[in-house]
Amino acid sequence: MKTSGKSAPILDVCDLYKTYRLPRRQELKAVDGVSFSVMPGEVLGIVGESGCGKSTLGRCLLKLTPATSGQVLFEGRDITHLPERTLRPLRQRMQMVFQDSYASLNPRRRIGDLLAEPLKVHPDAQGHKRSSAAIATRLQELMELVSLPTTALARYPHEFSGGQRQRINIARAIALSPQLIVADEPVSALDVSVQAQIINLFADLQKQLGLTYIFIAHDLAVVRQISNRVAVMYLGRIVEIGDADAVLHTPAHPYTAALTAAIPRPVTGLARPVPLQGDVPSPINRPSGCRFHTRCPYMQTRCQEEDPILHPIDDSGHEVACHFPLSPVASATHCNG
Amino acid sequence: MTHSTSASAQDTRPPGPWRMALRSLRRNRSAVFSLGVLVFLAIASLLAPYYARYVAHTDPFVSNVAGSIMLNGQEVDIMQPNDNLLHLGLSPIGPTWHGSYLLGADSQGRDVAARLLYGGRNSLLISFCSAALCLVLAAVVGIAAGFCGGIVDIILSRMMDIMWSVPVYLFAISLSIVTLSDGLHLGPFIIESDNLILPICIIALVYVPYAARPIRGRVMALREAEFVMAARCLGVPRWRIVLQDILPNVTSTLVVLGPLIMAMSLLAESALSFLSIGVQAPAASWGTLIQDGEGLIYTRPMVAIAPGLAIVAVVLALNILGDGLRDALDVRDASHREQ
Repeated sequence: MKTSGKSAPILDVCDLYKTYRLPRRQELKAVDGVSFSVMPGEVLGIVGESGCGKSTLGRCLLKLTPATSGQVLFEGRDITHLPERTLRPLRQRMQMVFQDSYASLNPRRRIGDLLAEPLKVHPDAQGHKRSSAAIATRLQELMELVSLPTTALARYPHEFSGGQRQRINIARAIALSPQLIVADEPVSALDVSVQAQIINLFADLQKQLGLTYIFIAHDLAVVRQISNRVAVMYLGRIVEIGDADAVLHTPAHPYTAALTAAIPRPVTGLARPVPLQGDVPSPINRPSGCRFHTRCPYMQTRCQEEDPILHPIDDSGHEVACHFPLSPVASATHCNG
Repeated sequence: MTHSTSASAQDTRPPGPWRMALRSLRRNRSAVFSLGVLVFLAIASLLAPYYARYVAHTDPFVSNVAGSIMLNGQEVDIMQPNDNLLHLGLSPIGPTWHGSYLLGADSQGRDVAARLLYGGRNSLLISFCSAALCLVLAAVVGIAAGFCGGIVDIILSRMMDIMWSVPVYLFAISLSIVTLSDGLHLGPFIIESDNLILPICIIALVYVPYAARPIRGRVMALREAEFVMAARCLGVPRWRIVLQDILPNVTSTLVVLGPLIMAMSLLAESALSFLSIGVQAPAASWGTLIQDGEGLIYTRPMVAIAPGLAIVAVVLALNILGDGLRDALDVRDASHREQ
């Protein structure tokens, strides 16, 4: 789906790499050549197993972790080489919500102080320092937006439940009215019922404030609920990206097919596909050729030698990195057994 | 306190992490008892002049070899003939268990109990001040190394390693001998060799690596913590992150290290004073008292045992208190227990 094809992408990622040097000259390629772009108002879900580089990618996007090479263009401006001082004004427009709602709040500060911090650090739209009255008003607004009582402002993080703490994190992320929010597994540490509430909050805020999300998760059900587009990552690379419906219902990559097949379904009595064998290979010594060939049920000799690149399979922006992408019909049968 | 919190603050303010820690510490009986012991010894030491004047009726800094006291209506010489077979030589009076010479006299006829209290003043003062100074230095070094990382960390950490590689007492002894020979000359400032600042600084310095390393580790962990990540993401400047996110979370480490460093400082101070390179005569410390008692160990063991017991009591109490503080300050642990 080409959302608002006329406007420029809010985020453009070109060939991003993040390599960690390990002892004995080994290298861990956490992010291994990732390119994609996000349009304003879009929700891009990024899914993958743990250790596939989703979180590292999220942190590289906001330059919390410096990328090894490649470019991240935010509103057309390359931020990968900006010094922190120049980047600071831009930080108002891109925020992050972290996975661990407790670890992302300083346990020694009250919620009011935590939420006021971004408002104190950044000047307001006119470039003036915000007055304490203005900050107090904004804090009331924020608490209303995330449906928390204003009495919470005087409390400490440990006094809240996981879901409430995640609301506080969201309030802090939207405090400066950003355009882009990278949510790094924001609900995976929460109970299922609370997950739904937080996802609804994300969806409501997107409608109200016109936000753009990059929503990282390992749970396809969560991603399906909120995303317009989905990118599937495997061992540091995007193996399939496209319209959420297309990717999740007619997956073209065998890995995506296996992931969608693993979602529990209420329908019983159907033969289930064979689940994937083995574990994700180590990103230190990743397989030659296609990185998925060690676990792929359709592996052929070409897959062992040649690394497939992401290429479009139709004109809707559905792209896949596979030499033998599943046809829509085949993948549907694969999905349903 | 910001406007935001004071505006919404109510009469029943929820307890902060520090108040919760205090509550948890109060429930820990052994820690409270240790704190009581320390406070008692500190107050007793502060009252040393009053003890000397009104209870012991002696000046514990003046030799009193020829004197005598009234004991149970009899006049008793302070220096008495030895009670060995040949009755050769003189020994100071043993513990009388009365007001004057409660714990006996030392070889110069001075009241051991009064000197013990005066010694406690110096020993506790030096160990407390050097622990405080040590923690301040260690916090600066640890936070700089842990937060900046890279070349700053390499330089500071290697310096700490070099200091660490020298045995701590050997290091302290060498520094003391150098500075004590004729004071310390720092440009226009001359610190006399009997100034307590010298042992305080020396002891603080030698224990900096011991405190800086755990602080550095804690800061390195904090630097990668999600709330520091979140602060960076919000564009909070580095100095603000250090002051608001790093320092308050390192404080618990400092508070836990405090009593332990103070215990080590007390032992170091006593060792230096025992070797006559810490507190200088005629001033007393528990280390110099043990040295005074060394020669009397067979005839009047109380002269050395009393300060020894005082050191043991303080070190034990500090360690138990440190353990109690560590348990009480584990905020995260406490909140997990609640869940």
